[in-house]
Amino acid sequence: MKTVAELNEIREKSLGSIALRKGKEALASVSTEYKRNVLVCGGTGCTSSHSKQIVEALHREIEKNGLQNEVKVVMTGCFGLCALGPIMIVYPEGSFYSMVKAEDIPEIVTEHFVNGRVVTRLLYQETVGAAGEIKSLNETDFYRKQIRVALRNCGVIDPEDINEYIARDGYQALAKCLTEYTPDEVIKIVSDSGLRGRGGGGFPTGRKWALCAPNKAPQKYVVCNADEGDPGAFMDRSVLEGDPHCVIEAMAIAGYAVGATKGFVYVRAEYPIAVHRLQIAIDQAREVGILGKNLFGTGFDFDVEIRLGAGAFVCGEETALMTSIEGNRGEPRPRPPFPAVKGLYESPTVENNVETFANVPQIILRGAEWFASMGTEKSKGTKVFALGGKIKHTGLVEIPMGTTLREIVEEIGGGIPNGKKFKAAQTGGPSGGCIPASLIDTEVDYDNLIAMGCMMGSGGLIVMDEDTCMVDMAKFFLEFTVDESCGKCTPCRVGIKRLLEILEKITRGEGTLEDIDRLEELCGYIKANSLCGLGQTAPNPVLSTLKFFRDEYIAHVVDKKCPAGVCKNLLTYVIDKDKCIGCGKCARNCPADTIHKTEYTAPGHKLPSYEIDPSKCVKCGACMDGCKFGAISKK
Amino acid sequence: MQKKISSYPFNGTAEQEQKLDAVIAANKHDKSRLMAVMQEAQEIYGYLPVEVQRRIADGMDVPLEKVFGVSTFYAQFSLSPKGKNNISVCLGTACYVKGSGALFDKISEKLGIGADECTPDGKFSLTACRCIGACGLAPVLTVNEEVYGRLKPEDIDGILAKYSE
Repeated sequence: MKTVAELNEIREKSLGSIALRKGKEALASVSTEYKRNVLVCGGTGCTSSHSKQIVEALHREIEKNGLQNEVKVVMTGCFGLCALGPIMIVYPEGSFYSMVKAEDIPEIVTEHFVNGRVVTRLLYQETVGAAGEIKSLNETDFYRKQIRVALRNCGVIDPEDINEYIARDGYQALAKCLTEYTPDEVIKIVSDSGLRGRGGGGFPTGRKWALCAPNKAPQKYVVCNADEGDPGAFMDRSVLEGDPHCVIEAMAIAGYAVGATKGFVYVRAEYPIAVHRLQIAIDQAREVGILGKNLFGTGFDFDVEIRLGAGAFVCGEETALMTSIEGNRGEPRPRPPFPAVKGLYESPTVENNVETFANVPQIILRGAEWFASMGTEKSKGTKVFALGGKIKHTGLVEIPMGTTLREIVEEIGGGIPNGKKFKAAQTGGPSGGCIPASLIDTEVDYDNLIAMGCMMGSGGLIVMDEDTCMVDMAKFFLEFTVDESCGKCTPCRVGIKRLLEILEKITRGEGTLEDIDRLEELCGYIKANSLCGLGQTAPNPVLSTLKFFRDEYIAHVVDKKCPAGVCKNLLTYVIDKDKCIGCGKCARNCPADTIHKTEYTAPGHKLPSYEIDPSKCVKCGACMDGCKFGAISKK
Repeated sequence: MQKKISSYPFNGTAEQEQKLDAVIAANKHDKSRLMAVMQEAQEIYGYLPVEVQRRIADGMDVPLEKVFGVSTFYAQFSLSPKGKNNISVCLGTACYVKGSGALFDKISEKLGIGADECTPDGKFSLTACRCIGACGLAPVLTVNEEVYGRLKPEDIDGILAKYSE
């Protein structure tokens, strides 16, 4: 057990360790142990681009130069700008080195750490002004519009050190709830803030807690849904990797509010770093006495346990997740009874996702009004989006609700690479829909997305350019949901499979206009009759592409053409006889022997050109990939 | 999801069996820990042959059909052995949009195996996975634990060569 006074004592003691990262004012009031802090991103994105080797190289070079007592190296969570990984920031200067290689480290250590001269060449170019002056990260396009609430500690603290979390006001919100508020008051604050579930549907969090609180039972549960199954979404993983304690703290607050003493975090086994850091955080919290019996001397007990998922998308659905924690096949249960009444082990249960929880401590500390002042009328606060696909700055951004898609894609995301045109953005993953270029000025919040036939989902935002075929995209999502349907209810198990078969027929060039009508009709049945969210939302990608890109479907079934040039069966490869120099490489590359010499020699060329026999072509593209003269194109 | 069940003969060692029994003993008090036991068993054996599933069922005192039900439900559990080097290509949305499908086809063609299959010499196996969260590096694949990102089909030969010795 810890008292609030003891918590504050740890906080005071630890302030010095993070002061360097907070700027000049913080430095004026406390003394720091080190002269410099080097923060290296240890999120999955940067670890995959070998940030661990950077850390090793740093330690080696720092020791070589005898700087062990001057420079502290910290491995943090995600900074957000994954496209530029591995990323490293040096404080107090705030120098932002991007795409760092282990070979660069000796130069950075001697030049920057020893001689005090920032290695401008290796900085992220946007942080270097025209006159060579170094700008703050917050002035770059990527960060300027961001407001970090859920991600406030990601990339700032060492997630494996509870003291750094406490120095950033960690566990103060829990202490405040336990000592100053009744459970009902806590629920009221969360309700007043307008916080809605960040995992998909957007159910008001305060109301969810209020539904669970009055139910009497010997044991109630708090469950954290960290089964982030939407491919392309990684905000929950980043929170767990960068700031695991905030989730633990929020779960304890929820436990106090609804009267639960036991918490489970259900996290994907595919996220080993997140699992590892969360376990460290739980162990440290227990050791310090912030989890366990009689927290802060108030008589409230709370503890948290991790359960690993095993790769089933449907387990992101709350009742399926609970069935899975119980050790079964993760099949959803019919509702009612709702989890607030009969959830995990048949007991009243509150379930929220990681990002939802990550907002709670700040709401308690800064007040409901502060949170409600951000966002739109019905969607308060900020939302984390994982930008991916055909966009320059892939990564994680946290922005106020109501930011327009144009700002997200063009300003924050840096636009589409290679001068291509923006075609659409997919939100909500396999359960969501696409927003076409014509609606790029839409303010992104829960209700606007629903009105367009999309949904917020967990916040994956995949950008597509003119080279993406929307029919193929719908097919891709259905392949996913067919694979992931648990098979319990017929509309989902059989219906989605039939949808996929029709789409396959269309992309093969065998579709008819009736098939498009049949798609729409079937989508309606599946949505109305499926048991859980997976089936109810699975038709969304089809419906929304039909709504906004019907002409592409028509092109596939009537003209037998794929306008984006993706669907293999609908393509023809052609050799431009005037560009062909007659080298014959394509003919040698062709696996089906369909390319032959013609009688025609283009003016200025010495050899006759080649041509493809379309009746025999297998459309593998080997000819086009090999042609150095750009003479082969697909249509 | 359809799972391939291997006909490869089971050859577990006494040491593996001992480890598995220890895991079962540590968890048998709580039947809801079945999945955790199966995850650890897969760590020990590399996959979940029916012999191992039977031992888990007996040890945890749950019906074998329940164990089998769980092992066939979740993508993580493999009923066939993996090659010495397991190549896992991410077919999540972000990677797919950036062309990971072509990477998968190229590897499949080079190795002559499909998804969840193993080359006859046991050197390589190929799986398709859903999002490992390294979307910033899309398209990605992993060989064992090593992540390769920002790939093009041309890079495949080099990667395979690295693990072919």
